[in-house]
Amino acid sequence: MIKKSTIEGFLFITPWLVGSLLFFFGPILACFVLAFFQWDFFNPPEFAGGENFLRLVGDELVLKAAWNTFIYTVFSVPLVILVGLGMALLINQKLRGITMFRTIFFLPNVLSGVAVLLLWKWMLDPDFGLVNSVLEWIGVIPLMGLLGFDAPGWLSSPDWAMSGLVLMSLWGAGGSMMILLAGLQAVPVELEEAARIDGAGAIGNFFYVTLPLLTPQLFFLTVIGTIAAVQTFNQPLVMTEGGPANATLFYALYLFQNVFQSFDMGYGCALALVLFGVTLLLTMLQFWVSRFFVHY
Amino acid sequence: MSRSHPSPSATSTFLGYFVLLLISVIFLLPLGWMLVTALKDPSEIFSRAWPEDFKWGNFSSVFQQPTLPFGLFIWNSIVIAGGCTILSLVVSSVTAFAFARLHFPGRDILFIGVLSTMMVPAIVTMIPSFVLFAHLGWIDTFLPFFAPALAGSAFQIFFLRQSFLSMPNELLEAARIDGCSNFRICVQIFIPLAKPTLATLGVLTFLGYWNDFMGPLVYLHSNENKTLPVGLMSFSGMFGTQWELLMAASLIALLPVLVLFMLCQRYFERGLNMGAVKG
Repeated sequence: MIKKSTIEGFLFITPWLVGSLLFFFGPILACFVLAFFQWDFFNPPEFAGGENFLRLVGDELVLKAAWNTFIYTVFSVPLVILVGLGMALLINQKLRGITMFRTIFFLPNVLSGVAVLLLWKWMLDPDFGLVNSVLEWIGVIPLMGLLGFDAPGWLSSPDWAMSGLVLMSLWGAGGSMMILLAGLQAVPVELEEAARIDGAGAIGNFFYVTLPLLTPQLFFLTVIGTIAAVQTFNQPLVMTEGGPANATLFYALYLFQNVFQSFDMGYGCALALVLFGVTLLLTMLQFWVSRFFVHY
Repeated sequence: MSRSHPSPSATSTFLGYFVLLLISVIFLLPLGWMLVTALKDPSEIFSRAWPEDFKWGNFSSVFQQPTLPFGLFIWNSIVIAGGCTILSLVVSSVTAFAFARLHFPGRDILFIGVLSTMMVPAIVTMIPSFVLFAHLGWIDTFLPFFAPALAGSAFQIFFLRQSFLSMPNELLEAARIDGCSNFRICVQIFIPLAKPTLATLGVLTFLGYWNDFMGPLVYLHSNENKTLPVGLMSFSGMFGTQWELLMAASLIALLPVLVLFMLCQRYFERGLNMGAVKG
C-alpha cells in the first residue's frame, strides 16, 4: 500500500518529471549515445565507436576554436569583473543622485540579444563606426599612426576581431557591478573603522579588509562568467560568422556549424559532450582553488 | 553607512562626479549613436555625424518591408516569451511547493536532479531535441518552445522553493486543520505569498525568451513564424549596410526591454542578487 502523501507528492511534480525526462534527461542520454555514431540525419545512423572523438582530437578547427574561446574567456571574464569592481567602488560613494548613475551603469547589462550585437557591429565598423571615430577624435589613432600602426580594424581584421568582442563585453560590466555593490554594502563599517584606527590607509583598507570580504562575490562572478564565456555563440554568429580567417570561430559556433550546416550529428554530439566535460571540470577546478582564498 | 565616513572634501566630490559622468557618457553613447543612426537619411550614414533632418520615417519603413513582416516578428516574440513565461512559472510553482513543503520518498534526490539541469550547457540537449522535434513534425511551429516550458525551469524551481521554505510553517498547519487540501494550500496561500519572487522570475524569464536566439534560429524557418532576434538577422542579411534601417529595427526590438527595465528595475536587481546569494 503506497501512502497517500507519496502519491500526492508525485502528482505535484509529475509535469516537471515528465517534461524533464522528455526534454532534458532523455536528450542528454541521446547525446551520449549519438556521440558514438556516424549520422547525417537523413540516412540511418551507423555505429562508429570512438571515431568521432579521435577525429575531434585531430581536427585543426577544433583546436583553433578552443584556443579562440580560451583567449576570449581569460580576457573578457577578469576584465568585466575588474571594471565592475571599479564601478561598484565609485557607486558606493556617498553622493547625491548616485542611484541615477547606478541605473545608467546597470542598463547596458539588461540590454542583450541580436539588437545589441548589431549595434556593436556598427559601433566597431573600422571606417564609420563610433569607436574609431572617438579614438580618432581623442588622438589615439593619430598617435598609433605616428608609431607606425594602422587604426584598429576591429571585426574586419583577424588581429583585432577578438579585442572587439572583449571590448563589447565590457559594456555589460554593470551586472558584476551590482553584485559587487551588494557585497561592498555588506562590509561592516566597524571593520574598516578598526583598520583605520590601526593605521591602515585607504589602499591598505581596500586590500586587507574590503577585498577579502568580497571574495565570495568575486568567486561567484568568475564561475558564472566562465561558464557563460566558454559557451559564447551569439556574438560570433551575428557579428562575424566566425571570421575573419576563423579569428572568432568559437567552440560553440563550430559545433553549431557541424550540426546544422553539415548535418554531422554524431560529431556534433561528441563536440557537445567535450564542452560539457570542460565546463564541469572548470567549475570543479574553480571550487577547488576557491578553498585557498575565498573567505565566507 | 554614512555615519563613520569622514565627509568628503569638495575636490573629491567634484572628482567623484566627474568620473561618474564620464563613465555614464561612455555607457550611454552607444544607445545615443543607435538613435542618431536610426534617424539619418541613407546618404548621411557615412558622411554626416548629425542628421540634417530627423527621418522618423525610418521607423515606419521597418514595418513596411514586404518580405519581412516586422510586426509579425514582434507578435511572435510576445506569444512565445509570454506563453512560455506563464506556462513555466505555473509548473515551477507547483513543483517547488512539493519540493519545499510535501514529504515523499526520493524527494531530495529528485531535487538534486532539478539542480543538475542548471549545470548542463543548452547545446548538449539541443541536438537530440532537434531530432525529436523534427520527428514529431514540430519544426517551424511554436511547440518546441511551449512543450519544454511545461517542464518548468530549474532556476525558477530553485528560487520558488527557497521562497516557500522561508514562509512560516504555521500557515500550512492552520490551513490543514481547517481541512484545506495541499493543492489549495499551494495555490491559494503559498503562491500568492510568493508574488515578489514570481514577479522577479517572470521578468527574468520573459527577457530570457525575448532574447533567445539559438532556439528560434534552429526551430523557426518561415518568415511568418520568426521571432524578433531571428527576424533582425534576416533584416541584417537583406539590408547589409543600410544601418539606418537596421538601427531603427534594433531600437524597436530593444524598446520593450527598456520599458520593462524602467518599470521593474528593482526586480532586475533582485534577480541578480538571487544568483549571488548562493555564491
